[in-house]
Amino acid sequence: MAKTVLLIGTRKGLFLAESDDRRDWTMRGPFGDGWPIYNAILADDGTLYATAASEWHGAGVWRSGDLGETWEFSGEGIAYPEESGLKVNKVSGLAASNGRLLVGAENIGLFESRDGGKTFSLLSTLEGASGREVWNDPSMQPPGHLGLSSIIPDADDEQKIRVVVQGNSTFDTEDGGKTWTPKNRGLRREWPAPPDPEVGFCVHKLAPSPVDKDRWYQQNHVGTWRSDDGGANWVEITEGLPSQFGFACAAHAHDRDTFYTTVLDPMHTRTMQNGECAVWRTRDAGSSWEKLTNGLPSQNAHLGVLREGMVADRQDDFGLYFGTSTGQVFASLDEGDSWLQLADYLPSISSVRVATLA
Amino acid sequence: MCDVHLPSTLKPLFAGLPRHLDIEAATVGDAIAELDRRWPGLQDRLCHPGPQLRKHIHVYVDGDRGDLTTPVGDRSRLDVIAAISGG
Repeated sequence: MAKTVLLIGTRKGLFLAESDDRRDWTMRGPFGDGWPIYNAILADDGTLYATAASEWHGAGVWRSGDLGETWEFSGEGIAYPEESGLKVNKVSGLAASNGRLLVGAENIGLFESRDGGKTFSLLSTLEGASGREVWNDPSMQPPGHLGLSSIIPDADDEQKIRVVVQGNSTFDTEDGGKTWTPKNRGLRREWPAPPDPEVGFCVHKLAPSPVDKDRWYQQNHVGTWRSDDGGANWVEITEGLPSQFGFACAAHAHDRDTFYTTVLDPMHTRTMQNGECAVWRTRDAGSSWEKLTNGLPSQNAHLGVLREGMVADRQDDFGLYFGTSTGQVFASLDEGDSWLQLADYLPSISSVRVATLA
Repeated sequence: MCDVHLPSTLKPLFAGLPRHLDIEAATVGDAIAELDRRWPGLQDRLCHPGPQLRKHIHVYVDGDRGDLTTPVGDRSRLDVIAAISGG
């Protein structure tokens, strides 16, 4: 039987939840010496990585080659040339592909490691990307200071990488980071457009379909969108949702038209509306939405879910998971029809990732 | 030799790093550079490139707040503090 491991990044370290049946879970942690964790992955070679940033000691990546038994930290090479005037305040985005590790930073930059996370080198500061001239201005940076918050490398071509710059849009490179092209056509904003109208969108989370490379979804600051051409153009699918604001979302593991999002009150609370925990599902690519609440707390549940807080595994009867700002983790094994709470009293959760071990 | 006292939060990052040790150094910056020579990467955990001390890393020489240029004497005590406000 496959073993499922949830990698739960929190404000106070990384936790690992493990299960053979995805119903009974055992929890280990906190790992990473209790550093704030922004994302975590289990790479194909079995190494765990977690992006972390300490108020005291800066930013770097924790790694474990034995599923959390022992850990090492490295920030070696995660720095900008002194003459650039840039500082690494945080690392958040994290991906592994084609034998390398990619890490996103604030100030905005993309770093890579080709030795399993021991050392890093600067791949790109996205120099030349439209709008970049304001990204590292502290007065222009969005709360959270995630910087390069998401990295989605092409599985077949390491020259191709898609990234999200927090508060400033999605960009693609097809030449290994030398040049960057905005991928935001069709998105909407509710603030003044910058000089280039193709940038300046507040993309919170991209969710590509695992079964159709052309089908993507995104939850952003002002709505929910779908792309049918790999992200070149976006169509708004917000209608039917009770709020346009949200962070976390996930695509169905096997059906391109099914997608999940967790919308929130857009005001200061940024928690689920009316104290009722709900996940929203579309089975028709956004034409209609269903509210999923069975097993979720229905009252006095003032919780949020951050952008990396929801994930689906790839098993045949796939599991869907999300972690909350108040330290709960919920799971569904029936496509969202019902939910189980598998953890509580964790520190505020930043990310939930999943791995299936044979 | 100055008597260097390091924060406990550094220990998990560097194998064999003690909390207290004696370092031959003329300034705080020299002391941190010597620590970095012995435990590569340690300076990056205390300083931004430049180097300059990270925002929440404070140093005290014989009880007085200092910076990287502050001289340390043969019998100085150098405290490196991981300091942050909060509750």
